[in-house]
Amino acid sequence: MIDWSGHLASTLPTRLALEATPLAHLRPLDIAVIAIYFAMVLWIGFYLKGQSNTGEEFFLAGREMTAWIAGLSFVSANLGSLELMGWAGSAYQYGILATNWYWIGAIPAMIFLGLVMMPFYYVSKTHSVPGYLDLRYGGEARSVAAIAFATEMILMSGVNMFAMAVVMKVVLGWNINFSIIVSSVAVALYVGLGGLRSAIFNEVLQFVLIWGGALLVPILGLYQAGGWGGLKTRIVTNLHTDSYFHLWRDTGSFAANPMGVHWTGIVFGLGFVISFGYWTTDFLVVQRVLAAHNLRAARMAPIIGSFFKMAIPFIVILPGLLGLVLLQNPDGSRRVLVGEDVTAACSLNSAGQVMDRTACSEAMGRTNLSSAQRAKVLAGGPSAELHTYNQALPLMMVRYLGPGLLGLGITALIAGFMSGMAGNVSAFSTVWAYDIYKPLIYKNGSDSHYVLVGRLSIVIGVIVSIGAAYLVQQFHGIMDYVQALFSIFVAPLLAAILFGMFWKRATRWAGFLGLFLGILFSAGLFVWVKLDPSRLAVVALSPHAKPMAENVFRALWAFCFAAIVIVVVSLFTKPKPVAELDGLVYGATQLPTEEWVPLYKREWFWAAVVGVIFVALNILVW
Amino acid sequence: MHGARIPIWFFIGLLLTIYGAMIFAHGCYEAITGDYAAGVQLTRLHAPIWWGGTLLLLGLVYLAKFRPGKSNERK
Repeated sequence: MIDWSGHLASTLPTRLALEATPLAHLRPLDIAVIAIYFAMVLWIGFYLKGQSNTGEEFFLAGREMTAWIAGLSFVSANLGSLELMGWAGSAYQYGILATNWYWIGAIPAMIFLGLVMMPFYYVSKTHSVPGYLDLRYGGEARSVAAIAFATEMILMSGVNMFAMAVVMKVVLGWNINFSIIVSSVAVALYVGLGGLRSAIFNEVLQFVLIWGGALLVPILGLYQAGGWGGLKTRIVTNLHTDSYFHLWRDTGSFAANPMGVHWTGIVFGLGFVISFGYWTTDFLVVQRVLAAHNLRAARMAPIIGSFFKMAIPFIVILPGLLGLVLLQNPDGSRRVLVGEDVTAACSLNSAGQVMDRTACSEAMGRTNLSSAQRAKVLAGGPSAELHTYNQALPLMMVRYLGPGLLGLGITALIAGFMSGMAGNVSAFSTVWAYDIYKPLIYKNGSDSHYVLVGRLSIVIGVIVSIGAAYLVQQFHGIMDYVQALFSIFVAPLLAAILFGMFWKRATRWAGFLGLFLGILFSAGLFVWVKLDPSRLAVVALSPHAKPMAENVFRALWAFCFAAIVIVVVSLFTKPKPVAELDGLVYGATQLPTEEWVPLYKREWFWAAVVGVIFVALNILVW
Repeated sequence: MHGARIPIWFFIGLLLTIYGAMIFAHGCYEAITGDYAAGVQLTRLHAPIWWGGTLLLLGLVYLAKFRPGKSNERK
């Protein structure tokens, strides 16, 4: 899934890892578990085909989903395997600080979507986020958003596909082509047959599998570490610092924390611009909530999702922390994981020897590897394998999960990858059919014609994704650019949506120019830093800033820029009459009265509960 | 029309039941024979038995509650 931290690119293992012995060996029972999952997924696709005949059924799952299904699908669409593995690796590197991406980087935005924004999306009866821009601003803004989004989705699907194949190669030793073909055929079949409904069903299924497959790891790990207190003691003893257990305490300066971020960047860049941009305007997730069967369900869905989002660090962050002290080398010493830069510097030649001993030695010198382990790596051979941060979660799985359970854990990872791809292609097909094909290519088709276009676009989208996957395989550097697309696009889109939804004065040209120029500004900033990485200090306002800080500050500046453009252009152009803004803008819309329900069924009540838990958790690990 | 459809929770129940039964059965086999997979930690806790059993029970509850034809909440 989309990882706004920008560290996702580093989750792809480099050559050393690809050549190493697989981390796990599956038994027949594990293979059976995986095969049953594929059979179930295809069965669901064929079963749902009969319920996906009209445009509303195919693209919006008939708007029949309950709040629970929409909510689980909403949070699951962001729960890809790369994210699970990447954030477990981040927790290994940075400790609890990584949890910010799950809490302040998600929860406030999810509550805001449910309570404030959802009524406008839902009442306007739009089928997509670009569709809302069309209703609010006009075709220009819609086209920019739709083309950017469709491109991003299809490329991200390819990246997901390739990433899955590489992870399967590293963890299980599977052939890369085999993984790409099997996953893409399965995804094309079940989404092409069942549309969004099928994608949503599989996301809910994936959510259950992830908990069923991964929850045992932190439970057993905590038991072995001697509970939370025991884990703390072990980390402090081994690493001589307690900063791994603090969420905010060390964010007062860029230099005081290993992530190299400042609390202002976390709060305003991550907590506001990136988080609100992703959770409230990215159609990939918003589409799940639009499928809810009524407005109350649509408002409850993100709030239900936020409970689970808050709990995810238990199966992601905790295994990373536990890995710090529990993972062991074959000789019983503490296993130290390293960055991708170290594995790249220590690449092996065909004879199994390190190609550049000097570079490898220098790279290892920047790690906590013991001198004995360094000597082993330089000597080469099978005992010399280095493992990366991003392998923390699979390594912990292999440590605790025996036959059957390991198959379930691996199935959870495969399900995460596949539902990520399914989410990308289902969102792509909706935007392609309704926001690009219909308004720009063929206006007067029948409903069944657009469903056919949607089904075909899924097949074509998967084929293009396969092409993108092989392109990424050939030119690894493309990964950075593909993954930057999201962070470049999200901030201007957020500005266009927020001003459109809450400011009656925002005009057609302001929406279009704010979005278009904002994307150019954001892309320009990205390229500017790419050409000379030292400029990061300018973007993030500190010489101590690390790459992790770049995305959050770039998003912040791009949002400010787009907002200024929207305000200035609006003041010089003519706004729409207020009567035309009904159902689209706060203050110009009469929201439907909802039937009375008891307190425990009200979205405000549960949002307050989420808020209290959110604050308590932040204080608990301050 | 909706009542005739199979809810997602039924599929989940079915999958949990199958997985739970497989893992539980293998856990019992391991406990009886002492044939544990090499390298796996904490085998003395017999996690496959209680974890597989939990999945199995949960799956059976979902199967019973959301079986096709039973009047359920929407999907």
